[in-house]
Amino acid sequence: MSTAIARVLDPTRAGRAMVGVLAIMLFMTLLAAAAGIGAGRGAAALGARLSGRATVQLTDADPVARTAAAARALAALRSSSAVTSARAVPRAELEKLVAPWLGSAADDPDLPMPELIDLELAPGDDALATARAVLRRAAPSAVIDSHGAAVAPLARLLRVAAVVAAAAAALMVAASAAVVVLAARAGLEAHRATIAVIHGLGATDIQVAGLFQRRVARDAATAALVATASAGAATALLVRPFAAGSGALGDAVALGAQGWGVLAALPFAFVGFAALVARRTVTHALARTL
Amino acid sequence: MRRREVVSGRVAGIVQFENVGLRYGQGEEVLRDVSFALAPGEFYFLTGASGAGKTSLLSLLYLAQRPSRGIIRLFGEDVVTLPRARMPGFRRRIGVVYQDFRLVPHLSIADNVALPLRIAGADESDVAEAVHEMLAWVGLSHRATARPVTLSGGEQQRVAIARAVAGRPELLLADEPTGNVDEAMADRLMQLFTSLNGLGTTVVVATHDPQLLRQVKAAQLMRLADGRLLDPTGALRFPPARVSMA
Ligand SMILES: Nc1ncnc2c1ncn2[C@@H]1O[C@H](COP(=O)(O)OP(=O)(O)OP(=O)(O)O)[C@@H](O)[C@H]1O
Ligand SMILES: [Mg+2]
Repeated sequence: MSTAIARVLDPTRAGRAMVGVLAIMLFMTLLAAAAGIGAGRGAAALGARLSGRATVQLTDADPVARTAAAARALAALRSSSAVTSARAVPRAELEKLVAPWLGSAADDPDLPMPELIDLELAPGDDALATARAVLRRAAPSAVIDSHGAAVAPLARLLRVAAVVAAAAAALMVAASAAVVVLAARAGLEAHRATIAVIHGLGATDIQVAGLFQRRVARDAATAALVATASAGAATALLVRPFAAGSGALGDAVALGAQGWGVLAALPFAFVGFAALVARRTVTHALARTL
Repeated sequence: MRRREVVSGRVAGIVQFENVGLRYGQGEEVLRDVSFALAPGEFYFLTGASGAGKTSLLSLLYLAQRPSRGIIRLFGEDVVTLPRARMPGFRRRIGVVYQDFRLVPHLSIADNVALPLRIAGADESDVAEAVHEMLAWVGLSHRATARPVTLSGGEQQRVAIARAVAGRPELLLADEPTGNVDEAMADRLMQLFTSLNGLGTTVVVATHDPQLLRQVKAAQLMRLADGRLLDPTGALRFPPARVSMA
């Protein structure tokens, strides 16, 4: 069909309001999806980093007894199958850890410091319990802390947030789809008289559907452009503070290539879906005519 | 000399109706037992009181609806059972001047007239030429870029006529095409129809204006009364295979 006939549908009746509504829906969908992906990745990253780690602390007041207990604990843990690696944390490292609180006093060799052992636990739920039992026999004064247990509430919160955000994203996708359907119906209503005329003049269903589909796709593309630009800017702003080299939390919030890929694909899917719905709406309506 | 083909004792009509009935919804039939044949290249007037069923009969011809009963053949094919997909091809061979014009309000006069040509996929250069010629014919060249709403009723009617004839249809159906114009313009439009008819287009003009009937001497009269076609001599049903002077 010539480009001249593409003008046959009144450009001023496209339903400007619909373009705005479509843009808002897609913007919200993109944000919800970004939040879902970010939270999901965060929960996964945090879990993977911390679930297998624990720290053993020996706080006997007598330095000699403390050192002996630490040596016993280290030997016993190293021979346990529940532990994949155990490392005594050197005093220098501890001093660095407490320096922010104690200042130069941390360098005092007489300052009593606990002995710390970093553990990497074997996979499995009972590794921590086994290590605890081993310690109780070798050095009853030792206290074991699982990192996973410490951040478990945070990881759980992130997981819940991810599920909530994913559900919100799914709902927004469904709502956007519904709005696209409504927009297509409203468009058909706005152009009904013109469509009837060109149908009567011998336009085929394919011609009419093509005209209408192009119109709706263009509206959806306009909306998608606005929504994607706004959502992209908003997401980048939210993610930036965590992005470069800020450790576990940075990894948690950054969306990753796959996440950005999903977000980039959404607007295209949105426009494609709008075109498809428009086509079906008009062919359905035409099928009821002669 | 022009001679109609006679096939098995009946004219091979461009249109054939056999016992056609039409009702809207569950209402009474507004057309009853309508049977006739239209010969190619002839000129017909369809008359009858308001509400007699003229527009309804034309709407069956331009495939806006299917009859409730009976057989309709267009260009030799049964259109009652014609699949939807083939309808556009038939519609493109028919020009229609609707009683209510049905111009597209946001398109210029020229674009309105160009519509059937563009739908049929004509080249833009051909479109421009045909539109120019048609607008000149109905005396509206100077309004080519205007919108329909800025035209008078009679001017809009002439645009509707230009659009109907732009594609050089084989069958032209005009529903009260002179209802909104003065006598002089009515004369001119009838001349347009007769020239088109002279080029081979079969023309059906629905009107209840007795003045108009006198304008086309060779025209045949189809009279509708209360949904029935009056055909006392049977001439409409079985047109005589007469030989007319070309
Ligand atoms: N869409 C419709 N639904 C129901 N009844 C209709 C419809 N269109 C026409 N009719 C009825 O069919 C009958 C014939 O109407 P039609 O429009 O064919 O008459 P007409 O001869 O063209 O009249 P006019 O000279 O006033 O244009 C009328 O009684 C009318 O009320
Ligand atoms: Mg009428």
